[in-house]
Amino acid sequence: MIRKLTLSALSALVITAGGAFAAGGEGGHVENIKFSFDGPFGKYDQSQLQRGLQVYTEVCSACHGLKYVPLRTLTDLGYDDAQVRAYAAQFEVFDAELDDFRTAIPTDHFPSSALENAPDLSLMAKARAGFHGPYGLGLNQLFNGIGGPEYIVALLNGYTGEEVEMAGSTFYENSIFGNIAMSPPLEDGSVEYADGHANDLHHLSEDVAAFLMWAAEPKLSARKHVGFMGVFFLGLLAVMLYLTNKRLWAPIKGKKQA
Amino acid sequence: MAGIPHDHYEPKSGFEKWLDKRLPVVGLLYDTLMIPTPKNLNWWWIWGIVLAFCLVLQIITGIVLAMHYTPHADMAFASVEHIMRDVNGGAVLRYVHANGASLFFFAVYIHIFRGLFYGSYKAPREVTWIIGMLIYLAMMATGFMGYVLPWGQMSFWGATVITGLFGAIPFVGDALQTWLLGGPAVGNATLNRFFSLHYLLPFVIAGLVIVHVWAFHTTGNNNPTGVEVRRGSKAEAQKDTLPFWPYFVIKDLFALVVVLVIFFAVVGFMPNFLGHPDNYIEANPLSTPAHIVPEWYYLPFYAILRAFTADVWAVQLVNFITGGIIDAKVFGVFAMFGAILVMALAPWTDTSSVRSGKFRPMFRWWFYLLVIDFVVLMWCGAQPAEPPYSIIALIGATYWFAYFLVILPILGVIEKPLPLPETIEEDFNNHYPSAKTPAE
Repeated sequence: MIRKLTLSALSALVITAGGAFAAGGEGGHVENIKFSFDGPFGKYDQSQLQRGLQVYTEVCSACHGLKYVPLRTLTDLGYDDAQVRAYAAQFEVFDAELDDFRTAIPTDHFPSSALENAPDLSLMAKARAGFHGPYGLGLNQLFNGIGGPEYIVALLNGYTGEEVEMAGSTFYENSIFGNIAMSPPLEDGSVEYADGHANDLHHLSEDVAAFLMWAAEPKLSARKHVGFMGVFFLGLLAVMLYLTNKRLWAPIKGKKQA
Repeated sequence: MAGIPHDHYEPKSGFEKWLDKRLPVVGLLYDTLMIPTPKNLNWWWIWGIVLAFCLVLQIITGIVLAMHYTPHADMAFASVEHIMRDVNGGAVLRYVHANGASLFFFAVYIHIFRGLFYGSYKAPREVTWIIGMLIYLAMMATGFMGYVLPWGQMSFWGATVITGLFGAIPFVGDALQTWLLGGPAVGNATLNRFFSLHYLLPFVIAGLVIVHVWAFHTTGNNNPTGVEVRRGSKAEAQKDTLPFWPYFVIKDLFALVVVLVIFFAVVGFMPNFLGHPDNYIEANPLSTPAHIVPEWYYLPFYAILRAFTADVWAVQLVNFITGGIIDAKVFGVFAMFGAILVMALAPWTDTSSVRSGKFRPMFRWWFYLLVIDFVVLMWCGAQPAEPPYSIIALIGATYWFAYFLVILPILGVIEKPLPLPETIEEDFNNHYPSAKTPAE
């Protein structure tokens, strides 16, 4: 019986390895990008978020919405109340009480998607995984993060230039997505930054991906802060409890008391 | 309360005597806290405290989350975002609750495998074991319904798949599924009842936990040798045991805090690692995700569910005998619940008179293989249901059943156990040669 089981375990291993090598290659490859908010110490780069907001406002918002993001939270990006108010004023929102549209104020949210089949982008950076595996073990995600922002960058840079006609609509071939209904939204220089920051396609897409990560996870810094507080103070408590426990058990174990 | 002789609470002051005559609650707490505990317990015995902590943590964070959450199909997803963005500390609270479920299951699996290795399920602790299995089932139900509440894509489709299992049960399946869902498909009625039950079940678990503790406080703890505490006299028992307070409370608290350091690192730095990105997309009944994957802690049993496909001879045989009533789908459902049932029956299928795996040279290797099997099944559960994964899952599922139904009964007969220590005291003193007299 043991031999039989060893055999089946061995064959299982062989089959696994074979399957693992055969798998992979599903969708395009997503490159890891060193974002400022990566890792336990990472923080959002405010000027990058401001650039990302500009890309979003000038390009993405034509079709996409951010319906879960309150406009007032733009103060996170370093804007003051007057700037946020001025920014909000460019949007028209529907007010149920007035039963009419009115100019948006900071307590409103960003508008929803203008185009019906354009998904809302509020949570997009958390709703996509750039990294998988290897072999379903989740190690890449452990070391590189889930890869939502990286996925967005890869998608924006993934257009092959091919167009496909299907059921009367035009689709654009994308190495990450497959055929996508969205025409290439960004190209080199499609947004001009006031401070003259590099605005080639890759920089633009990184900036907007960082902004969308903020939109999806605005409380990232607060969360990491709690992580540090928890690890530090509980670590301290663990040391004290270790010493207490050692001393408590010393006479029982016949050891010298510390 | 306990079978091990020890000092009981004596009311001293006038008020204590007055209260003790009317409600002996102080005596109950005293006896519970001072319970004689085998002094040779190792670090595998700390997970009970972690589990108790998890239950309290989940109830407290859950109650606060429920204050801000809206159980309605049109508003649930947005209300979770409201918690994440507008509620003070809401994002951390939700991440603690979501990852708390993972810690809960992580701890319960170690706790269960601890019991399986050291034979904690054997007489006289069968009732503790059965109650534990009921707690585990209640945890599965609670976790599953909790995962539906954010109303993301995985919530919705997970609920559809899992309630579909009940629909597979012959004759009553369709009616049962409709009754569970409150309608023909997962919808607002489902969300509402799941919210209600998700709030209720933790208190059922709390009740079961009290019975679980009561049961093993009656029989006494098992210990790494599996040798029983001597109960001839109080003096004899004191050589084998130490009171729970302070010795084990401090030890367990230390272990708990170490576990929590890791837990807070996960919550703070990678809170979405154990989740699924698709659950950040609002539920859409018209769009099915490419892979519907349950949470990691259900994966081993999900793999068993999917392992028994129509081309397995056992399935075909059962299908033929029952005249087609039990097809592959029903077989899978029975296999999944059966996998937990055979584990619950371990006290009766294990024929060995020796409890601890430490003294069972053959058993030990089969047990390690079971642990590996569990991990492999977990991995299979996350892979698509196609070869080679389906074959590995089938081998894994077969081993799971074989372990409980074939290997455990046979081992008890053919295995020659190693010599056991006479007493717990002897085991402890072998470990700590300089320990001599038991502490008072």
